[in-house]
Amino acid sequence: MASGVKPRVKVPKTAAAGEAITIKTLISHKMESGQRKDKEGNVIPRSIINRFTCEFNGESVIDVTLEPAISTNPYIEFDATVPEAGEFKFTWYDDDGDVYDTAKKVAIG
Amino acid sequence: MKFKAMTAIAALVISAPFMASAEADDDELIVNDEITMVTKTAAPAHLADDVDEIISGWHFRSDETQIMQADDFDNPGMIFVEQAMDDWNTVMGSKDKSCASCHGDVEESMVGVRTVYPKWNDAKETVYTMEMQINDCLTDGMGAEAWKKSGSKMARMEALISVQSRGMPMNVAIDGPAEATWEEGKELYYTRTGQLDLSCASCHEENYGNRIRSDHLSQGQTNGFPVYRLKNAKLTTAHGRFKGCVRDTRAETYNPGSPEFIALELYVASRGNGLSVEAPSVRN
Repeated sequence: MASGVKPRVKVPKTAAAGEAITIKTLISHKMESGQRKDKEGNVIPRSIINRFTCEFNGESVIDVTLEPAISTNPYIEFDATVPEAGEFKFTWYDDDGDVYDTAKKVAIG
Repeated sequence: MKFKAMTAIAALVISAPFMASAEADDDELIVNDEITMVTKTAAPAHLADDVDEIISGWHFRSDETQIMQADDFDNPGMIFVEQAMDDWNTVMGSKDKSCASCHGDVEESMVGVRTVYPKWNDAKETVYTMEMQINDCLTDGMGAEAWKKSGSKMARMEALISVQSRGMPMNVAIDGPAEATWEEGKELYYTRTGQLDLSCASCHEENYGNRIRSDHLSQGQTNGFPVYRLKNAKLTTAHGRFKGCVRDTRAETYNPGSPEFIALELYVASRGNGLSVEAPSVRN
């Protein structure tokens, strides 16, 4: 497992039904591109988050493919419409097979 | 004619944002809609002959960079603060202690600490930076190994401690036993170094608000340190920045943690007495 990986998410606690809210996500990850070499000249193997998804009550909101050129600690911000009270589920997929996830509830009000 | 008019308009459009971003702007910094920062204020008495107003480096950055600092989620420096929080609670060294064993909750015990460092240490009879105090805690208090000066672990612990003083005014003491060190720092500040023959004052006192190549010169205030720099995506300490500046004058630099940089840190901090602690600030 890559070290120091920690997902962070910011979602408003409440929203009006049908309102578009801004969701901010960030995961601390070194995003090693696979292009760099260490002091001995050996290639440092690629190790990145290659996919990010967000679901709301089981329905896909966004599904992102991440590429090696993306910087350390990828930050993804997007808008989502909230039709009803429910839960956003966020998932990040690591090259090494690890999956990190977190969830946030949104109430209508 | 039409072509000329178009170029003139284009030139205007391009130059306007340029001008706006080189000078210190009049924006207001409120972090998390809670903490209103003092980012401009009257210069402290010792500086009044040379500078009228002291200005945080925040004012010299573009709007996009400024906004990042206004919300902890958008501020990438806060990731390192979170990591340091883990360090704070981690038991290290032969005495089976963590920082929390002695100091408890960092959010209570470290309030205001950042505003007075560097400060005179009575027992050691020298001026102490926060970094020296942290390393003393590690070696003497915890029986652990000292951290690398200005290294990443040190920078993020300084950030964690500094964050507890956010919004409080910088207030380092320059009289009493610290005065001799302060004078040394002042001497260094006005001493030209390197092939380019520049002192700190050449850029940060005489030319702040102007450009140096493609960058904007700030007053070189340290109230935002450790600072998250977009150019290398990590925290930079004051000594790390000093080293970069001296190197840019094409001189051999002093090392982070050296007596020269400790004196300079005290002096530069005193030039910002009155500005709010902003750490971890976001700069380019």
